[in-house]
Amino acid sequence: MAYSIQKDKETLGEVLRKMLLIRVFEERSAQLYGLRKIGGFCHLYSGQEAVAMGTISATDPSKDYILTSYRDHGHALGLGMDPGAVMAELYGKETGCSKGKGGSMHLFDVEKKFFGGNGIVGGQIPVAIGTAFKQRYLNETGVTLCFFGDGAIHQGAFHESINLAKIWQLPVLFIVENNEYGMGTAVSRVSSITEYEKKAAGYGLPGYLVDGMDYFDVYTKTSKAVERARKEHEACIMHVKTYRYRGHSMSDPAKYRSKDELQAYKEKDPIQQLFKHMVKEKMTTKKAYETLEEEIKEIVESAVTFSEESNEPPISSLYEDVFSD
Amino acid sequence: MNHRYRLCMKTCFQTETKRMAEITIRDAIRQAIDEEMTRDERVFLIGEEVAEYNGAYKVSRGLLEKYGDMRIKDTPITELGFTGLGVGAALAGLRPIVEWMTFNFALLALDQVINNAAKMRYMSGGQFSCPIVFRGPNGPAEYLSSQHSQALQSFFVHIPGLKVVAPSTAYDAKGLIKSAIRDNNPVVVLESELAYGWKGEVPEEEYLVPFGKADVKREGKDVSIIVHGKPLRMVLEAADILATEGISVEVVDLRSLSPLDEETIEQTVQKTNRAVVVDESWPMCSVGSHVVSVISQRCFFDLDAPVALISSEHVPMPYNHTLELAAQPTVEKIVNAAKQVCYK
Ligand SMILES: Cc1ncc(C[n+]2csc(CCOP(=O)(O)OP(=O)(O)O)c2C)c(N)n1
Ligand SMILES: [Mg+2]
Repeated sequence: MAYSIQKDKETLGEVLRKMLLIRVFEERSAQLYGLRKIGGFCHLYSGQEAVAMGTISATDPSKDYILTSYRDHGHALGLGMDPGAVMAELYGKETGCSKGKGGSMHLFDVEKKFFGGNGIVGGQIPVAIGTAFKQRYLNETGVTLCFFGDGAIHQGAFHESINLAKIWQLPVLFIVENNEYGMGTAVSRVSSITEYEKKAAGYGLPGYLVDGMDYFDVYTKTSKAVERARKEHEACIMHVKTYRYRGHSMSDPAKYRSKDELQAYKEKDPIQQLFKHMVKEKMTTKKAYETLEEEIKEIVESAVTFSEESNEPPISSLYEDVFSD
Repeated sequence: MNHRYRLCMKTCFQTETKRMAEITIRDAIRQAIDEEMTRDERVFLIGEEVAEYNGAYKVSRGLLEKYGDMRIKDTPITELGFTGLGVGAALAGLRPIVEWMTFNFALLALDQVINNAAKMRYMSGGQFSCPIVFRGPNGPAEYLSSQHSQALQSFFVHIPGLKVVAPSTAYDAKGLIKSAIRDNNPVVVLESELAYGWKGEVPEEEYLVPFGKADVKREGKDVSIIVHGKPLRMVLEAADILATEGISVEVVDLRSLSPLDEETIEQTVQKTNRAVVVDESWPMCSVGSHVVSVISQRCFFDLDAPVALISSEHVPMPYNHTLELAAQPTVEKIVNAAKQVCYK
């Protein structure tokens, strides 16, 4: 079965590696932000790694589209974008994946079918039903994964889109990354119901509750949902419960939540959970993990060096890429 | 139909072509869509009532039968949703035509137009193209009060990354919309409810009207009247009246608002040394006020009189017919403005 728990060491090793890459990359970005190497809004993904990896591992990169919000570093790296090109984009350098014109919130890789990186809460959701529409229009077998936060689920854009996805049978997964807060606002303060998976019923679609700290739960349920979208063109809501370790963005000290709450989630750390599972299954060792960590730190360091050494975009590029020929 | 426009203008706007059929702007738009849908299977039409109802203004009559319900798509009333769907489909390689029942309702879709369609290419460092057409009737119609009678071109012209055109003859409508569908960028086409029934000559053979080219609809030497969209008819009528009073008017139809043909604006003002700008939207930060600023920058030393701007009054549109006409440009206002800049 396509969605049985992955057992092979190679696959899980790669997942662990990517999750660690995301974590190390994010923590390094936080430092660089403090050093003012990175500016503007910078939203980190630490704590949510299992969501990006559990979902992306269940897709077929040759045909599936992925769209998300401004909290996009994890998806970009998870999809295999070059850490150098991503870091250089955070630096605003010409070697960045968006040539320094997008920044942290606007990472894209058209080849990998990664359509960003959207700065408007909910803005990517109608676009995602558009990529799914194209998949149906051309009779492709691909699906679209549309990620957004708990804050975006209240937007009209979401409700308009899920209705369209149902009536036109668009193969799209609406993946709510519920990290408990939209900026400083706890979901319980702004949501009519907090069991978001139940909202799907209002549109005649299935909804799934997913433990976003558990890679396997995310992977298993996504695989199932992807298969239904591919074969039956059935959309769904995946309510993924997760947590961000850092504040909303780099300027947020996150005073609205308790240390205990944070600690409780850290005890369920997605990377450690996966690592422990792999140790139990004798797929890795503490030593191998330490080596991996060193290796990844080096990768991130070379991304930083690459960004440092890259050029600022020339002023002449200001008027480039406004229109296509 | 508005009585003001019943007098069918016989002016032939275009250069000679072999066989010219007279068709309405409505039919010209449909022909453009039809031909491009035949030419390219990636083109589809989406919007409220476009399929089974044949379009709120019957622009898409017959297309559902011809192309089927995958390519002519009726939507729920969700401007933001279906406009964004179009944007996503365009980014992924299709070529959508999004019909807004009117531009008043497009206000609900602006996020997708401004933040996504216009920005994705730039923000991604040139990775995406967004070949999409947004079209529908813009501007005042009649007896509709404030929410249904708005000329909203400034909202779109203001945005880098969007192209904006405003055809006001059948010939231009067909040629500009065909160009819009073939363009690899988002194009906003401003049509007009009251102008859908206007007739004009359209050649049998295929042609395109390029963007960024204004059209001199009538040559003259005493004063230039620069206009776009539906008020063109009023301007031509005003020019006829002024001719009987010995004032020769050059009428420039901008056709393309973004990009804007500043050269033609400069040339006409250099020729006549006087200008009246006519725009049915409100005066602040409008296409009209921008054209005035272009003239002041490019033609200051050519001017023999201050430039006049005839726009709508800066009030919401009232329902009462006398009031609503008073709120908009009229032939009389245009005639008077032209006389004024000629010191007559
Ligand atoms: C339409 C819109 N309104 C407000 C904002 C400002 N804003 C940016 S992120 C954010 C919170 C969104 O929270 P959520 O959807 O839960 O995503 P998270 O940041 O938790 O990943 C807000 C209010 C915005 N970018 N867009
Ligand atoms: Mg949130």
